[in-house]
Amino acid sequence: MEGERSAASVRAVEMGVAALVFLFGAVVVFDSGRIGARWGEDGPQPGYFPLYVGLLICFASVVVFARALRDPSLASKSFVSRESLKKILTVLVPTVVYVALIKYLGFYVASTLYIAYFMWQLGKYPWIKILPVAVGVSVVFFLIFETWFQVPLPKGPLEAALGLN
Amino acid sequence: MEEINALLHGFEVALSPFNLMLMFVGVTLGIIIGVLPGLGGANGVAILLPLTFTMAQQPGGTTSAIILLSCIYWGALFGGAITSILFNIPGEPWSVATTFDGHPLAQQGRAGTALTAAFTSSFVGALIAVIMITFLSPVVAGFALRFGPPEFFSVYLLTFCAFVGMAGGNAAKTVASMMIGFALAAVGLDSVTGTLRLTFGTTVLLKGFDFLIAVIGLFGIGEILETLEEGLAFKGAQARMNTKVVVETWKELPRYWATSLRSAAVGCFMGIVPGGATPASFMSYGLARRFSKDGRDFGNGKVEGVVAPETAAHAAGTAALLPMITLGVPGSPTAAVLLGGLLIWGLQPGPLLFVEKPEFVWGLIASMYLGNIVGLIVVLTCVPLLAAILRIPFSIIAPVIIVICAIGAFTVHNSMFDVYLMVVFGVIGYAFKKLRYPLAPLVLALVLGDRAEENFRNAIKGSQGDLLVFFSNALVGSLTGLALVLLFWPLLNAGWRVVARKR
Repeated sequence: MEGERSAASVRAVEMGVAALVFLFGAVVVFDSGRIGARWGEDGPQPGYFPLYVGLLICFASVVVFARALRDPSLASKSFVSRESLKKILTVLVPTVVYVALIKYLGFYVASTLYIAYFMWQLGKYPWIKILPVAVGVSVVFFLIFETWFQVPLPKGPLEAALGLN
Repeated sequence: MEEINALLHGFEVALSPFNLMLMFVGVTLGIIIGVLPGLGGANGVAILLPLTFTMAQQPGGTTSAIILLSCIYWGALFGGAITSILFNIPGEPWSVATTFDGHPLAQQGRAGTALTAAFTSSFVGALIAVIMITFLSPVVAGFALRFGPPEFFSVYLLTFCAFVGMAGGNAAKTVASMMIGFALAAVGLDSVTGTLRLTFGTTVLLKGFDFLIAVIGLFGIGEILETLEEGLAFKGAQARMNTKVVVETWKELPRYWATSLRSAAVGCFMGIVPGGATPASFMSYGLARRFSKDGRDFGNGKVEGVVAPETAAHAAGTAALLPMITLGVPGSPTAAVLLGGLLIWGLQPGPLLFVEKPEFVWGLIASMYLGNIVGLIVVLTCVPLLAAILRIPFSIIAPVIIVICAIGAFTVHNSMFDVYLMVVFGVIGYAFKKLRYPLAPLVLALVLGDRAEENFRNAIKGSQGDLLVFFSNALVGSLTGLALVLLFWPLLNAGWRVVARKR
């Protein structure tokens, strides 16, 4: 089917992730060496334990990488189809934007916009349904966290204008 | 008997009106969490943990806090069965085996029977596991009082080796995931020498990575992304629950007493070993099929096929708390989060807890009995309501869950950086899940990393760097030996087969 075109093979992603994991392990090994991974005067130095952790990460990632390299069947398997990737990005990108907006708009306004966007983009709801749900959820959260649990969440200009800070 | 007295005292603590209310709240929240996609026991407890910080500071508050959180756990265990049976979507990995016979039953219009059987067997499994905990945990704790750093480290080693050897799948991926957890745990200020590790001159990494953020991101956001890809359309069977169905199912259930007992035993055993609930549910389903008179009909809607995995999963989930309270080694990701909660409240999990905080330990154990009774009542009465929650469209429930995750991540340290980290962990969780890197070892290593390292350092400090300290006496030697056997179990097993074939 044309619609099931693959965006990346399992093999490519497997090898890419293994390479990233290796890189992470190498960073751990490097940093452990910097702070000292030998036997100090009164016991093991701070990098002693992490050094082996880092080495094991590198070793395990090499094994995963080699296995993927030697298994040609993984190359034809799809990790994610283009449709799914698109779907995931339509959620992931707004989520990143949402998280970034919290700092400027506050939790509640950002959450309202986020829920509204989700319902509009994925659910194809009319605005008459989106508005009450998105605003309602945020108001309920406000009541639960600010009033009931007394856990203050970051607030933005709207709350300041309404005097709710 | 001493245990009975201690337990009765525990019931006094657990039966206070405030704690009873928390039980109802916890169980109900837990069931909803278990039913919703993207929220499970581990991250549900992680999100609600920060809300207990103030509660835990009041006198007796830690007991109330653990009752609330553990009841969320019981609720989540119950809730997983609902989605499996009605919608053929396992809410939790250990409910996968429940779909095999549970969903066919629902399609035949016997959803009520399947649900009653599932809830009742969950309850029976949990009850048997709690009875085991009541009598076994003081013994284990007493035994562990003699442990020093080498012994504790070898217990941790045993836990982690068991993951590698017993979990199946790709051992290299298990090791990679586990060691990433250890490395993340090492980030920040080293408590022994005061050195900064892996912070690279940044200030945000000074405090290190909080496991709660990792759990919320890996399990919560990661699961939402995964669900989204699969394209979630709830096409559920209708559940008609009434007293008649419940009573009739209860009349039928005693017939499967052998399956129940066997599954509970499998569950109790596998729960103590880490990573246990999911394999336990599959194992006991397989065993039930083999031993049952009509094993061939399994998969077409046999009540016995629901009883077996549910009893085992719930027994294992409960038994996972035994090593947590006695040794400080959690048997499941959710138990790991609970253990992290104990540490945050200023309690030291481990054998001394039984001596120093008996009211806490026995209050918790008593609440396990009561929480499961409460859970059974709530699930049996609220099924139609819970099924209605599942009919809320995904495009509304998904953003709400992500907002809840973000709030949960923020409230841990009141830091926006944690919320960004959560999203990063979410993407990692999605990739790891799809590539079949197990997430449980990562979480466990992240929680236990500092304690494991501390015990390792103290042990080899005492022996002047000689690694043979882990074989220095019979106790630590056999623990380390057993760990190594478990680590190389797949190899030993394969080798044994080769030898056996040659004969």
